Amino acid sequence: MISLVIDIVLLLFLVVMAFAILRMHHLLAVAMLFGLYSLLVAGVFTVLDAPDVAFTEAAVGTGISTVLMLATLAATRSTHERRRKGVAWMPLCICIATGALLIYGIHNMPNLGDPTAPQHTEVAKRFIESGQAETGVPNLVTAVLASYRGFDTLGEVTVVFTAGIGVMLLLVRREKPRIRGEQHDAK
Amino acid sequence: MTQNSILRTIAKFLLPIILLYAFYVQFHGDYSPGGGFQAGVIFSSAFLLYALVFGLDAAAKVMPDWVLSTVACLGVLLYAGTGIAGMVFGGEFLNYSTLASEPVAGQHLGIILIELGVGLTVASVMLIIFFTFARRIRTQ
Amino acid sequence: MTDYILGHINYWIIVLLMMIGLYTMMSMPNLVKKMAGMSVFQTGVILLYISLGKVEGGTAPIIDDGYVLYANPLPQVLMLTAIVVGVATTALGFALIVRIKEAYGTLEEDEIAAMDDSE
Repeated sequence: MISLVIDIVLLLFLVVMAFAILRMHHLLAVAMLFGLYSLLVAGVFTVLDAPDVAFTEAAVGTGISTVLMLATLAATRSTHERRRKGVAWMPLCICIATGALLIYGIHNMPNLGDPTAPQHTEVAKRFIESGQAETGVPNLVTAVLASYRGFDTLGEVTVVFTAGIGVMLLLVRREKPRIRGEQHDAK
Repeated sequence: MTQNSILRTIAKFLLPIILLYAFYVQFHGDYSPGGGFQAGVIFSSAFLLYALVFGLDAAAKVMPDWVLSTVACLGVLLYAGTGIAGMVFGGEFLNYSTLASEPVAGQHLGIILIELGVGLTVASVMLIIFFTFARRIRTQ
Repeated sequence: MTDYILGHINYWIIVLLMMIGLYTMMSMPNLVKKMAGMSVFQTGVILLYISLGKVEGGTAPIIDDGYVLYANPLPQVLMLTAIVVGVATTALGFALIVRIKEAYGTLEEDEIAAMDDSE
């Protein structure tokens, strides 16, 4: 019960943060708020018994992606977004419709933390019962990540690697920068 | 590079602790929360702090570009190579049971190896991304 | 009824969070703001998965003699990799933003579209 209360309070803080990110026009402030938002998300993960995910999020969200956002702002020399008046009605309608559909879908889901829910009774049960005996690793997250779903993780590592190559291809400067318009006849 | 002596002192004090923690998370990840992904991002955040406080040139001296790109490739190769080693010893791709005489010991060895591969790739790719962005700021 | 609300309020707030992210992504013309909205949406999805893995009275999925109930490790594994892959792809998006700014001189989507149309 107490963990549910902490969970709900943290999630409400997150909603406030997300709303502040939406309303803020100063982009540096958006970057800082986003760092705080990630730290709170890491807190929620801890409450939800996922310490592995929590400190990945703490290191990635609060550290690396905030620094990347600040670096982008510095490289593009932008501090403010242009102010827009009013509400964008079309996106708002789409969001309300999507949200309503999601809530309708959630209606039949088992309660939070129900041990008899279908997701806990099939494959997860086997991981918990025989994971340590089969892999010799008590941390089941590591066992599933590296052994049971090793092929999946190989794909994920390749995606990270490819993203690194993509950033290098886009941003590493090997020659003098060309002005727009000359790009087409240069090659 | 910042001249603020408080920042420089604290950064010097914190760096070895963050790096040691990254290694702990990497190699103790079988028994406590942790693993390659987490260790990789923690390791790279230590160098990120170093670069922010002592400047890009100092950080590039410690971690040259060719080291980063080589290590990023090595990580993926170590991962896939462990999978192929399983095939060479008579199992399926990424089945580590054949790597040692006992299936469980083989699984454990395989998990340690591929977590190391994940950690190497994630840490170096995060640093490559950060250095690439940071250099972009300076050249403008 | 109270049981139903207490069991589902977590999911409702997460859906609200996702929708705020989606709205930021769709309505804001600034590209950096769009990326921030996308990240909020992404953390919403990750939170939904992680809360599916929660078991009442359970503990983190690390086998120890003192415990019998553990959280579901599978969603945690999937989301752990999703976070790291997410930051790598976000970095790729930021790299594209830097190039767009160099080519067009602005980060506002409607100005970029207007420039493309006038060509």
